[in-house]
Amino acid sequence: MTLGLALHTHGKISGVDGVRILKLLDDDEWAASPLPSHQRARFVDDGWIGGDHDEVRLSAPRDARVIAAGDVVRLREGSSMVSVVWRRGARTNSLFATERCNSLCLMCSQPPRDEDDSWRVSELLATIPLIDKSEEQLGVTGGEPTLLGDGLTAVLERCGQELPDTGLHVLTNGRNFKDATAAATWIRAGGERTTWAVPLYADVPDIHDEVVVAPGAFDETLDGLYELACNGAQVEIRVVLHKLTIARLPQLAAFIYRRLPFVTHIALMGLEPMGFAKGNRDRLWIDPVDYLAELTTAVFHLANRGMAVSIYNLPLCVLPKTLWPFARQSISEWKNSYPAECAPCVVKDHCAGFFASAGPAWRSRAVRPLQYEDLSHEMA
Amino acid sequence: MLRSIDLMARSQSLVTNARGEYAILSRADREALQAGRLTSEHARFHDLLALGMIERPGGGGVGLEAAAERTRKAFLLDGPALHIFVVTLRCDHACGYCQVSRAATGAEGFDMSWDDARAAIDRVFEAPAQALTVEFQGGEPALRFDLIERIVLEIEQLNEIHRRNIRFSLVSTLHHLGHDELAFCRDHQIHISTSIDGPAPLHDRQRPNPTHDSFARTVESLARARAVVGHEGVAAMPTLTRAAMADPKAVIDVYRELGFASIFLRPISPYGFARKTRRAIGYDMGAFVAFYNQALQYLLELNRRGEPMVETYASILLRHIMTPFGSGYVDLRSPAGAGLGVLVYNYDGQVYPADEARMAAESGDRRFTLGTVHQSFETLMSSPAMRWLATGAVAEQLPGCRDCAFVPFCGADPVYHAAAHGDPIGDRATSDFCTKHMGLFQILFGHLAEGDPETLRTFTAWAFNRARDEVIDAGYVPQ
Ligand code: SF4
Ligand code: SF4
Repeated sequence: MTLGLALHTHGKISGVDGVRILKLLDDDEWAASPLPSHQRARFVDDGWIGGDHDEVRLSAPRDARVIAAGDVVRLREGSSMVSVVWRRGARTNSLFATERCNSLCLMCSQPPRDEDDSWRVSELLATIPLIDKSEEQLGVTGGEPTLLGDGLTAVLERCGQELPDTGLHVLTNGRNFKDATAAATWIRAGGERTTWAVPLYADVPDIHDEVVVAPGAFDETLDGLYELACNGAQVEIRVVLHKLTIARLPQLAAFIYRRLPFVTHIALMGLEPMGFAKGNRDRLWIDPVDYLAELTTAVFHLANRGMAVSIYNLPLCVLPKTLWPFARQSISEWKNSYPAECAPCVVKDHCAGFFASAGPAWRSRAVRPLQYEDLSHEMA
Repeated sequence: MLRSIDLMARSQSLVTNARGEYAILSRADREALQAGRLTSEHARFHDLLALGMIERPGGGGVGLEAAAERTRKAFLLDGPALHIFVVTLRCDHACGYCQVSRAATGAEGFDMSWDDARAAIDRVFEAPAQALTVEFQGGEPALRFDLIERIVLEIEQLNEIHRRNIRFSLVSTLHHLGHDELAFCRDHQIHISTSIDGPAPLHDRQRPNPTHDSFARTVESLARARAVVGHEGVAAMPTLTRAAMADPKAVIDVYRELGFASIFLRPISPYGFARKTRRAIGYDMGAFVAFYNQALQYLLELNRRGEPMVETYASILLRHIMTPFGSGYVDLRSPAGAGLGVLVYNYDGQVYPADEARMAAESGDRRFTLGTVHQSFETLMSSPAMRWLATGAVAEQLPGCRDCAFVPFCGADPVYHAAAHGDPIGDRATSDFCTKHMGLFQILFGHLAEGDPETLRTFTAWAFNRARDEVIDAGYVPQ
C-alpha cells in the first residue's frame, strides 16, 4: 500500500442520480458477485462501468492509484469527485459517522461542524454490504458517532449482519453513554466484536475538560465508562500526548488501573498536527523527547500490571529502546510519511514515522536515522 | 471515609480511603487535608482530587468508585475456598511448637476414618466457590498416604460432575514420601510444602525426630521429591522460634542454598504449645517485626544484586496495597477467612473454621467447633461457633481497626482474638496480630515512601507475581 495515497481524486463521472455508492470489481469478481448490479462496477476499456443498465461511468481519474478493484467509492451527481469510502488492503478503514461533536478538543484533527449530516446514515448502510467480508477490523469515527442516536444502532446492526467476522473499533468520547438506556442499546448493537475507544486526558476534571473544551465532560465520560463496563463492553482508553496531558500521565495510568481495570487496551498517542492542533501549537507542543520520563513511567505502570498498552505515532529514534516493544505503526497509510532523513534508517520498516501533515516544527529534535550499531549497543 | 497514620520511619503520613487507595503526604499536608484547608494551588491537590480524597463537585465516576470498592471484596461471593483435611495426627517428629497437634506414630485413634473423609468430601462440594484448594495436613499426613490417595481419587471422580477448579496441596516433612507417593503427587498435581526451620543445628534442635537427623533427611528428601515433581513442585516454610530471631540471614541463606525461589516468614503460631514452652521458644511480636525488617532488607539487597528471592508474605501485603483487587488470601482479609474462607476437617470428624481454631480446641477450648463432617455445610456455617466468630470478622467495624489507615490492606482474625483475648473482637492494643501487621505495613510503606527504584522494582515483581528481570522499570508507584 502506497504511503500518503489520498482517499479522494477527481475524474469524469456520468450517470449518477443523487449519490451512488459503488463496489469496484475486476471481471472475475464482478461476474461472481452476489451484490445487486445497481451497486457494482467493472472495468471496461478505459473506465469503470456500473449500475443496473451500465448507466454509471467513471473514467480518467486524476490520480489513477487512488482507486482500485475491491474499493468502495462514493460518487455524487454534478461532482467530479471520487471518494474512496473503503479501500481494500488498507491498514485502517473507517466509516465516517458524522461531523458533529459535543466536544471541541484543542487538538482535534477533524474539527467538527454543527450541521445536520444525518444523511450519512443511509450512505453508511449502503456502504457496509459492499465491504469485503474478510475485513478484519473496521473503524467508526467522527465527530461523535453517538450523536447519530438510533442511526448508530442501525449502522452497528448492519455491520453485524453483513460483516459478522469484522471487528469494529468505534471512536467515541463516551459522554453519551452516561444515559444507561442508550448505552445498553448501542453496546448490544455493537456486540462482542466491538471495541469502544474512549479518550481520557487526565485523572482530574479540570485538565480533561480543558483539553476537550467542554465543562462537565470528564464526569460524563467516567459515567459513560461505567455503563460500558456494566454492559460488558470492550473498552480501549486513548490518551493524546501533549503539554496538557503529559503532566499527569503517570497518575492517569494509575487511575486507569484502579478505576478502569476492565479496559482491554490503552493507547498513548503522539499528537497529530492537523485541524485545531495547528492553531493551538503553543498550548500543546512539547517535544516527545522531553516527556520520555512521564511516558516511560506510565507505560511500565500499566505493563507491569498486565494491562495492554501501546504507543502510537511516535518515531522509534525518539523512544528509548525499553519502549520499543510498545511502539506501533499506527498512522493510517494515507496520512503516513517518512521525511528524507529517514531513508538510511535501519528500523524504518518498523517505525511509525510521521503524519504527512507534520512539518519540521512538529518534529522532535531527537529524530535521527539509526544504524546497526545503535541497535546492538544498548540492546546488550 | 479517610483514615490516616503517621509513618514511623519518616516525617510523613499515610492517608487511605475505603478503596485501598493511598497518598503519602507530609504531616502538615495531611493536617491541611483533614481540616479541609488543602486548596487547588497545592502541589498535591490534583493527586488527592483524583483519589476522591478531596470531594469533586461534578460527582461523576461515582459508579466506578463503588465498583472499585466492590472489586476489593469480590472474594466474598465465593465462600470457603480452602478445605483442610487433617488425615492423621500421628507424626514421627516431636516439635516443641506442635505439642497439641501431634500424636506418637504408633498411637491409635488419631487417623481420619474413611467414613468421615467421605462426608467431608461432600462438604467440600457443598461450598459454593468455583476455585477450591484441598490441603492435606497432620500430624504427618504422609503416614496415611493411602487415605490421601483415596480422597484425591474420590474428589477427582466427583468433580467430573461438579466441574470445579481444584488444587491439591500437601504439608509434609517429605521423609515418608517414596517414589510412588511422589509420582502420585506429580500425576495429580498435588503441590507439596515442607518445613525447614533454618540451618541444620537449629532445624534439628527444633524438629527432633527419632534418628536426630531431620535436616539431613529433609534435604535428601527434597532432592528426591524435586526429581519427581519438579523443582517448582515443592515449597518450604520456616517455623520461626526465638532461636531464629537472632540471625535472619542464616535462615534465608539456607533457603538460597537449597534453591528455593521464595521464603514465607511467619511468626510462630501461639496455639500449638503449652505456656511453659512459650517462654522457651516464643517471643514478643515486636521482636518478630524487628527480625522481619532485617530479613526484608537482606532480601531486597539480594534482589538488587540480581538474585530474585521472594518473601511471600510481603508479596501478599503488597498485592493488597498495589492492586485494586482483594487477594482473598484466607489468613488476611475482611471479612475474615474463618469459616468464610477455610474449613478444617479434623481427624476425629470435627470441623473447625481455621487451623488455629483446631489447635485452640485441642488445648481444650470447645467453643471453636463448628460441628462434625456429617452435618450439612449450611448447618456448619450457621453454627453458634460460626456466629460467635463472625462478630469479629469485619475489620472495618472493629475498634482500633475501624480508624486504622492500614485496614484496607489488613484483615480480621477472630479466631486468634477469641483464643488470645477470649472474644473474637479482641483488643488491638495488646493484639499480636495487630502488632505484627502494624509493624509490617509501617515497614512496607516506609519503603514505598522512600521510593528507591530498585526496591520498587522488587516490590512490583513480588506484588504482580513477575520475574524480577521482567520488570524492566517499576513504572509509576503512587506517593
Ligand atoms: S529516522 Fe525516521 S524511520 Fe528511523 S526511527 Fe527515526 S523517524 Fe523512524
Ligand atoms: S489489625 Fe492493626 S494494623 Fe490491622 S487494621 Fe487493625 S489496627 Fe490496623
